[in-house]
Amino acid sequence: MANTKLEQMSDSVAKDPSMMTGAIPKKDWMDTPAIFKPGNYCYPAKQDMVEYLDKNLGSKGLFGEPRQWDVESDDWKLPENWKDIIIQGIKDRLDKFRSFKIFMDCCVRCGACADKCHFFLGTGDPKNMPVLRAELLRSIYRNEFTKAGKILGRLAGAREMTFGVLKEWFMYFYQCTECRRCSLFCPYGIDTAEITMMAREILHLVGVGTNWILEPASNSNRTGNHLGLQPHTFKENAEYLIDDIEEVTGLRLESLNFNRKGAEVLFVIPSADVFAEPGIYTFMGYLLLFDHIGLDYTISTYASEGGNFGSFTNNELMKKLNGKMYAEAKRLGVKWILGGECGHMWRVLHQYMDTMNGPADFLEVPKSPITGTVFENAASTKMVHISEFTADLIKHGKLKIDKSRNDHRVLTFHDSCNPARGMGLIDEPREIIEAVCNNFHEMPENTIREQTFCCGSGTGLNTGEIMDLRMRGGLPRANAVKHVHDKHGVNMLSCVCAIDRATLLALMEYWNPGVEVCGVSELVGNALIMDGEKERDSGLRFEPLAGMEG
Amino acid sequence: MKVLQALGIVLALMLVAYVGAALPGGRTLFGVVLPYLAFAIFIIFFIAKVMDWAKSPVPFRIPTTGGQANSLPWIKQNKLDCPSTTLGVIGRMLLEVFLFRSLFRNTQAEVHEGPKLAYGSSKFLWLFGILFHYSFLTVALRHLRLFTDPIPAFVHALEFGDGFMQVGAPVLYQTDLVFMAAVTFLLLRRLVLPNIRYISLVADYFPLFLLLGIGTTGILMRYVLRVDVVSIKMLTHGLVTFNPFIAESVTGIFFVHLFLITVLLAYFPFSKLMHAGGVFLSPTRNMANNSRMVRHINPWNDPSIKPHSYAGYEDDFREFMVEAGLPVDKELPPKEEAPAAEGDAPAES
Amino acid sequence: MYDKGKIIPGLIVFVGLVTFPIWYGLATTAGPLPNPEKPTNAKECVEPVEFMRSSHMVLLNEWRDNIVRSGGTRKGTTADGTEYVRSLQKGCMNCHTSKKKFCDECHTYAAVNPYCWDCHIQPKETN
Repeated sequence: MANTKLEQMSDSVAKDPSMMTGAIPKKDWMDTPAIFKPGNYCYPAKQDMVEYLDKNLGSKGLFGEPRQWDVESDDWKLPENWKDIIIQGIKDRLDKFRSFKIFMDCCVRCGACADKCHFFLGTGDPKNMPVLRAELLRSIYRNEFTKAGKILGRLAGAREMTFGVLKEWFMYFYQCTECRRCSLFCPYGIDTAEITMMAREILHLVGVGTNWILEPASNSNRTGNHLGLQPHTFKENAEYLIDDIEEVTGLRLESLNFNRKGAEVLFVIPSADVFAEPGIYTFMGYLLLFDHIGLDYTISTYASEGGNFGSFTNNELMKKLNGKMYAEAKRLGVKWILGGECGHMWRVLHQYMDTMNGPADFLEVPKSPITGTVFENAASTKMVHISEFTADLIKHGKLKIDKSRNDHRVLTFHDSCNPARGMGLIDEPREIIEAVCNNFHEMPENTIREQTFCCGSGTGLNTGEIMDLRMRGGLPRANAVKHVHDKHGVNMLSCVCAIDRATLLALMEYWNPGVEVCGVSELVGNALIMDGEKERDSGLRFEPLAGMEG
Repeated sequence: MKVLQALGIVLALMLVAYVGAALPGGRTLFGVVLPYLAFAIFIIFFIAKVMDWAKSPVPFRIPTTGGQANSLPWIKQNKLDCPSTTLGVIGRMLLEVFLFRSLFRNTQAEVHEGPKLAYGSSKFLWLFGILFHYSFLTVALRHLRLFTDPIPAFVHALEFGDGFMQVGAPVLYQTDLVFMAAVTFLLLRRLVLPNIRYISLVADYFPLFLLLGIGTTGILMRYVLRVDVVSIKMLTHGLVTFNPFIAESVTGIFFVHLFLITVLLAYFPFSKLMHAGGVFLSPTRNMANNSRMVRHINPWNDPSIKPHSYAGYEDDFREFMVEAGLPVDKELPPKEEAPAAEGDAPAES
Repeated sequence: MYDKGKIIPGLIVFVGLVTFPIWYGLATTAGPLPNPEKPTNAKECVEPVEFMRSSHMVLLNEWRDNIVRSGGTRKGTTADGTEYVRSLQKGCMNCHTSKKKFCDECHTYAAVNPYCWDCHIQPKETN
C-alpha cells in the first residue's frame, strides 16, 4: 500500500501547485534538476543480475559494468568514458531504428500529447508530458547530431550531456510505461514508447537499470518464469489450482499436462497466472475452457513466461527471452501456439516475435480444432490470442454457458495498452464478456479502447518502492473505474493482462475499494457448464454466486 | 524571454534586408544571390535529410493501432485507423496528411476536486493547424502567378476564388486573413497555455514570427504600400527562368519579404519544419498492422542471439523434473555425477 | 526494411513540385514583357506615372465610391490645372483607348482580374 494516505493524495492531486493545477514552474525545464528521494525511484539492479545477463548475452556490455551503486548518491560509479558510451549508444540506435531518427527530428512541440500521459495527469510534473520526456533525450541528440544544435545550441533546444541529464533520464524514462497513448494523439505518430525503449537501452549501456526488471528477466532466462520458480514448483502450483477447481465444480480435470511432445497446441501464459492472485483464477478459467472443448494442448515449464521482461531493457534480451517460445514449440512438435492474457507479452508476440525469432516454418497456420476456423491474421507468426480463440468458440456456439453465474459481478473492461494500441485487440474480449456476463458497463469513451489509460505500473514499474508514483500514474484509470462504480455499481474490473491483474488490484484497493480485478477467462470459467459438474454455488475464487449468499 | 529572442532575431533579419538591399550590390545579393542559394540549400538538404532517414531501416513493424484490428471475419475492423492492407495504409496516411486525423482526436484534460479527471473535446489546435497549412498552401500556389508566364489555369482559378468577395482594390484575398489569424492563434496559444509555453523553444517561436513577418510584409506590399507588381514579376519570373532583372521600382519592403522567405527556405531542412517530410516516414502510421500475417524482416537481426537452450534448462533441473514426473529428453545418469550448473555456459549463449 | 522504392519516387515527386516554375518555364514560351500602349493625345496622366502604376486601382475605387455612392462630381483637376472627367470609360479610356492594348497588357501578365467589367460594358475592340 502506498505511503501517502488517500485523503492527502486526493488533495495533493487536485490542489497542490503543479502543471495540472495551473501552476507554472519559474525555472526553465533545462535548469530544473531531477532529485532522487526514497519513493521516487526504482532500486538499481543488483550486481549479480547484471553479471548474469551480460554473460548470457555474449559479454558485450549491454548492461554496463556490474557494480553496487546508490541512486541518491552523486557518484553512480559510472565508467570513466560514460558520456562517450552514451553518445555512441545514441548513434548506434539512430543507425538501427528509423523511428528513432524521425521521432528525434519531427516534433513541433504542438503539445497535443502533453495531457495524454497518465503520469502527467497524476503528477502534474512537466517532465511527464511526453513531449518534454522526449526532449530530455532530443536535446542531447540535437547537440551531438544536428547542425542547428551544434551551431545554435540552446536556441535550437540543444544542451550538453551531463550527469544531471543522466539522472533526469533515469527518473523520467522510468516514469513512462510505454503505453503509446501519446502516440495515438501525435500528428506525426511520435511514439514515446519507442523513445523510452531507446533511452533505457542506452541507460543500460552505462550500467543504469532497475532490479525489478533485471531480476525477473534473469529468472525468466534461467527458469522460464519471472519469479524463478523451478519446474517442479511451477507444476505443483498449477496442480493446486486443479484442487481448487475440483472444490468449486466437483470435477477433477485430467487434461492439465506439461512439456508433452506431440500436443497440437502449446499454451503460453504470463507465469503470474500460475502463482499470483487474481491471475490464478484466470488460469483456472483457461483450464476449464480447454477441458470443456477437449483441446489437445500442453504447457511448457521451460517456456512458461509469456511476459517478456527483456522488452523493458533492450532488443537483445527481448529477443533472447522470446526465442524460447518457438524453440519449445519446435522441440515439442506442436502445430501452433496459443497465448494467454497478457499485455506487453502480446506487444512482443504481435509486433516483434516473427521478425526476431521467425520464420516459424515448422508450425502450421493456426486452425481451431473445434470450429475449424483458420486464424488467417496469425498465418505467419502462428500464435493466437486466447480472446480470439474463445470469441471464435462462442460465435460458433461451442460453449455451454450459464451467464447467471457471473450475475454477482457488475463488470467493466479495462483495455490494456499493448493489446489496444500495439495490436488492435479490442472487440474480442468484449464479445466474450457480453456472452458470459449479464452486467457489463463501459467506462467513459476517452478512457477505453484505443484511448485507454495505462494501469500506471507497466514496463517493470510495478514495484513496491514507488507505490505513490504508481497510484498517481494509475489515477486516470482508477478515476474512470470510479465513474462506473458510482454510476452503475461496477464491482469488477476485467482485463486481459497479467501486469494489470497485479497492479490494478493495488490501484483499486487504494482509489476504489470494493472493486475487484479479474481476467476475462475467469469469467468464462465461471460461466462454463462442464459435463458432470456439481451445481456450483461459488465462483472460482470461492465467492458465493448471486442468490447463493449466506 | 524565448519569445523575445525569436522576435528579436526576426526583426533583425528584416532590418538586415532593408538596409542591406540599399547598399551597393545589395539588391543583387538579396534579390538574386541569396534566393538562389537558399533554394539550393532547401532542396539539397531536404533530400539529404530524407535520405538520412531512409538509410536507417525500420527493423520492426510497429504501427500504433487506432482501433479494432483485422481479426475474426465477423469482428468489424477499423480499416482506416488500424489498417491491415496497403490500401488501408494509404487511406490512413491520406487522412493524416490532408486532414490531420490524429490531431482531430485531441482532448483537453482537467483535474477537479475529488480528484476527478475530465476530458473535454478540444479541436482548436486541429482547426487552426489545418487553416494555417491550407491557407499557406493556397498563398504559395497563388504566388505562382509571379513565377509563370503564361499563367496556368489553376492559378487563375485560385486567384479568382481567393478574391471572390471582391472587397477593395486590389481585391482582398481571404487566405491572407486566414493565414494571419491562424499563425497568430498558434503563437498566442504558445504564449497563453502554461504547459505549451513551458515546452516551447526559441526554435518554436522563430518560424511563427518568420511567417508573421512574411505575411505582414506581403500584405503591406499589396494593400498598403502597393508595389509595382509588374516589375516584381520581372524579377521573380526572371529568377525561375535564370534571367533575373531587378527594376528600379522594386523597393525595400519587397527585399524584406523576399529575404524572410529566403531564410525560411534555408532554415527549413535543419529544423522541426521537416515534419513535412517526416510524417510520411513515421513507422507508427505508415505500416500495416499485419505483423502476425506477414513476416517483417529486420536487416540487422542478430542470429547469434539464441534463447537459453532447453538442454541447458533440463541440465539445470533434470533431477527435480524427473522427481516431479515431468518428461525429460535425457534420463538421469545412474549415479549423481556433476552438480547442476548455475547459469549458462558462455558457449551456449 | 528500407522502403527506398517508395521514398525515392516520393522525393522525385517532391522536387518536381517545388521546382515546378523552373521546368514550367522551360516547357513554355513566355510572352513578351508587358508594353502598355502610350496615348498619343496626351503626355501627362492625372497623377504621376509611378503612382498610377502601383495605385491606379485605388484611384478608380475612390471615384466609384465618391460618384456612385456619395453623388460626387465627375469633374477632376490635375496638379497643373488640367481638367478631366472622373470616369473609367469617358475619362481614362479617352486617352487609353484600347483595353486590350493598355489594361490587359499588365493585368494578363500578373493575373489580375479587375472587376471593372462586371458592371461596365466592355468596349468593343477595333482590331
